Amino acid sequence: MSNLNITLLDYGMANLLNVARAFEHCGATVKIVDNVESVASADRLVVPGVGAFEQVLNEIRSRHFDEAIRNFCKSSKPLMGICVGMQMLFEGSEEFGTHAGLGVMPGTVREVPKLTVDGLAQRVPHIGWSHLVEPEYGRDWGSTLLKPFVGQNPAFYFVHSFSAQPEKPEDRLADCMYGGHRICAAVQRDNVVATQFHPERSGEAGLTLIREFLKW
Amino acid sequence: MGNLRIIPRLDIKGPNLIKGIHLEGLRVIGDPQEYAIRYAELGADELLYIDIVASLYGRNNLSDIIRRAADKVFVPITVGGGIRSVDDVRHILRSGADKVAINTAAIARPELISEISRMFGSQAMVLSIEAKSQGPSRWEAYTDNGRERTGVDVIEWVKRGVELGAGEILITSIDREGTRKGYDIDLIRQVSQAVPVPVIASGGMGTIAHMVEAAVAGQADAVAMADILHYKRMSLDEIREAALAANLPVRKI
Repeated sequence: MSNLNITLLDYGMANLLNVARAFEHCGATVKIVDNVESVASADRLVVPGVGAFEQVLNEIRSRHFDEAIRNFCKSSKPLMGICVGMQMLFEGSEEFGTHAGLGVMPGTVREVPKLTVDGLAQRVPHIGWSHLVEPEYGRDWGSTLLKPFVGQNPAFYFVHSFSAQPEKPEDRLADCMYGGHRICAAVQRDNVVATQFHPERSGEAGLTLIREFLKW
Repeated sequence: MGNLRIIPRLDIKGPNLIKGIHLEGLRVIGDPQEYAIRYAELGADELLYIDIVASLYGRNNLSDIIRRAADKVFVPITVGGGIRSVDDVRHILRSGADKVAINTAAIARPELISEISRMFGSQAMVLSIEAKSQGPSRWEAYTDNGRERTGVDVIEWVKRGVELGAGEILITSIDREGTRKGYDIDLIRQVSQAVPVPVIASGGMGTIAHMVEAAVAGQADAVAMADILHYKRMSLDEIREAALAANLPVRKI
């Protein structure tokens, strides 16, 4: 039986309501929490994120969510990070200087290239819908949350200037192409999944992914 | 580059979806909710709502319309018209908007752009500009839906707006709006080249060729359209297919 209780982490920055609405639309009961105890007792944790990495991490640390999220990742309970909520799982970011992340996954967050592979200027932030592709070293989506999309290249909505570069190829779940560059679009390891894109703003594809997470 | 975004533009007056020519001469089209749901189902990449009288009366009645839409529509929503303060922005974002489009209030007090982008991120701060041609390659920014002159040069303003923190530009040609004569390509290109952030072209879409021009010659990252959709001259899926046939990179559904 799937468990439809979602705990949505509120650390004072992200606009949580559209994330909450999308999960509720998929049948979930959403609890928005702002304290460490509620994180520990959550069945399923969703960590959204919008804004600058350093500010987000400052808010996370000042509320002691850093330890709480790390511990939750070590449990076997499902966690979904979205956008900066994905980036914070890595060891650090180069946004406006170098800043330490939570270190759940090895790798660094770097700026989206401002030139295409052909050397032409391209827009940063990357805003819009991009199609997912399998990572360079492959990943069988059939055994992941992207199971409904096996054999397809679904498009999801992105808005970001930085992206994670996982050190371990096996953490990488999907990429998207931007100006010929591979951008890490999602990671999944054990009970942790995280997306650079916004499933709550990605129409039917996004809702399908959210339903998969609720079944996970 | 990324995929060109196709964005239905819903101009709102009171409870109604309306459509004008040169941002004036308004006609009631119908219930915005009905159109928003249909456009989202047919693959709108985002939705853009502009309350066309809010800036005149200094109020915003859009939040109820946005709240209803946000319960049914799970693509990004941008809202403009009558947003004057950081508190107004917070209110409309809580109603379900992802971004705000600011014109009149930003001209009146440019620091508002910085305040909004600091508080909510630059991705939420769209600078909306209504441009009217003043001779070859010169445009003046107007406010209050093309009613008030500002004396501000569009290209100078767009650069300043991005320096202050605007994360995206919505550029509407008053001359072309509602005419179906095509986007003002010279305007779109000059704005696109002036700033590193994405540019949404608005005003004049009548045929697929106009969209191709805006994307290729104009270098727009997104195209807003109203008339062609509201009057059912073409549906969004037809537009998307025609775009693919013309080799424009758009999302495949």
